[in-house]
Amino acid sequence: MPLSKDEVRHVAMLARLGLEPGDEDFYADQLSGILEHIDRLQQVDTDDIPPTAQVVEIASRLRDDEPRPSLTQEEALANAPASVDGFFRVPAIQEET
Amino acid sequence: MSSGQDNAPTPSVPRGGAAPGEWGGEWEVVIGVEVHVQPKTLTKMFCGCGVAPLNAPPNTHVCEVCLGLPGVLPVPNRAAVEACLKTALALNCEIPRHTKFDRKNYMYPDLPKGYQISQYDLPMSINGFLEVGTRKVRIRRVHLEEDTGKLIHAGDKLHRAWESFVDLNRAGVPLMEIVSEPDLRSADEARDYAMELRTLLRTIGASEADMEKGQLRAEPNISIRRAGADELGVKTELKNINSFRALHRAILYEVDRQRQVVESGGAVVQETRGWSEAEQRTFSQRSKEFAEDYRYFPEPDLPPLELDRAWVEELRAALPELPSVRRARLLEQLPATHVAIIGADRELADLYETAVARGAPPASTANWIVNEVAPSGKLLSPESLAELMKLMHDGSVTRDQAREAYLEAVETGRTPAEIVAEHGYAQVSDESELRVIAEAVIDANPQAATDYRAGKKQAMQALMADLRKRAPQANPRVASELLLRLLA
Repeated sequence: MPLSKDEVRHVAMLARLGLEPGDEDFYADQLSGILEHIDRLQQVDTDDIPPTAQVVEIASRLRDDEPRPSLTQEEALANAPASVDGFFRVPAIQEET
Repeated sequence: MSSGQDNAPTPSVPRGGAAPGEWGGEWEVVIGVEVHVQPKTLTKMFCGCGVAPLNAPPNTHVCEVCLGLPGVLPVPNRAAVEACLKTALALNCEIPRHTKFDRKNYMYPDLPKGYQISQYDLPMSINGFLEVGTRKVRIRRVHLEEDTGKLIHAGDKLHRAWESFVDLNRAGVPLMEIVSEPDLRSADEARDYAMELRTLLRTIGASEADMEKGQLRAEPNISIRRAGADELGVKTELKNINSFRALHRAILYEVDRQRQVVESGGAVVQETRGWSEAEQRTFSQRSKEFAEDYRYFPEPDLPPLELDRAWVEELRAALPELPSVRRARLLEQLPATHVAIIGADRELADLYETAVARGAPPASTANWIVNEVAPSGKLLSPESLAELMKLMHDGSVTRDQAREAYLEAVETGRTPAEIVAEHGYAQVSDESELRVIAEAVIDANPQAATDYRAGKKQAMQALMADLRKRAPQANPRVASELLLRLLA
């Protein structure tokens, strides 16, 4: 079943992607194609195969609780588009009340 | 973030719960609590950045991993996993062999990666319980995740010039999430549950669990239903609660609000509400931007955890005596009001039991801890406390002198016996000496003496007060006996 325009807009919103008018149809087509492909994969008989979340054959890699040097504040903020007084500065995200 | 409904979706429309209008009977309150606890670790959950003190300058405890820069890999902190397992064991949870981390995706500036590493369908532990008073509160799960950064909002409404400042020192700090079933039935019970959790976490050393420092955050979800109904009503979840008192008040407020909504013919809306400490009310935090659509999937950067049985059993065996067990033992020796205070704090309970083992009289020691140590938070060694209690018990010092010696002992680290000797505190119990003073008191207060003889027993209080003023070192028991005899 192809994706609806609303679904495309919703997914774009979640990913904070801006869509131009008319983009919905273009992406609906592409994403539907991907989903159709997944549907095809679903047809493979997997009854005897245990569910897998990971394909690497390692488990339980843990780290000792030992502090290591952090970046300096200058380094941390070096790539920030805007900063002030040691903080990253971002556009308003607070909801109006 | 909320995940109370992760493995048990709740209905968003009222089923037999709180139908609008027409109900004149009692409402039952149903509360579950989601508690986030910062385990005691030196470093963050997935990187070696130190956990920043509260007053650290912004963005000084961050690295490539917790900033979400490309090309880095997280590695879980063993101490955080261990604290979570200990907590789960102390809460009587089952520990599955296999557990894994998942990505919870959402875009928000407090989370530079665009997702939080959390646990979804295979948490570190499930199906426990915690006994709170007479109620057995079921624990749905205890899992591990990472904290988010801190946002400071600035700007002014007039010019709509809002902006936010981001400090990522907290981003990536380990958090345990403890989710209860909706088994609590009042604000009192919810507060007691949170306090009991704090005692437990401190006792087992899993967390400092200081609510005011944000190390323990309780988010209750609340609904009401007709008394006797089985179905749950529509719930709201409360956030931004910074103390046990606020937890209690926020729930009382919210229950009242829901009751008013329903009784005036409305329906409770499922939503997150914030508690405003300043205004003492809850307010809607609904937001389309924040719709719960987290698209969880297994964290590809982390291999699953296989929880070694030997390790789990080792941790279980190393757990100290749990507060409920200790409390039961203390109840055999002490009144419940004292046990409620001494049994709620491992340090106080240790102090009491060790001092008594060193020969301190149990009743007056418990009294002292409840009335002097607990309110002031000033701990002294069990040896010193035992010594002080013995001095007070055998009448060598008055209670007031004992208090002064106690404060001085805490401050200087010297023993109470030394301090008492130095100050010449020694209670006067000698009858001939006290008799002179008692006679002077009666002479100076003829009205009180007459009243007492006429049967007004409370007149004795005035006489004793005057006596204590004239002779602070008088042994109160001997002095009052003398007064009684002289007035007879």
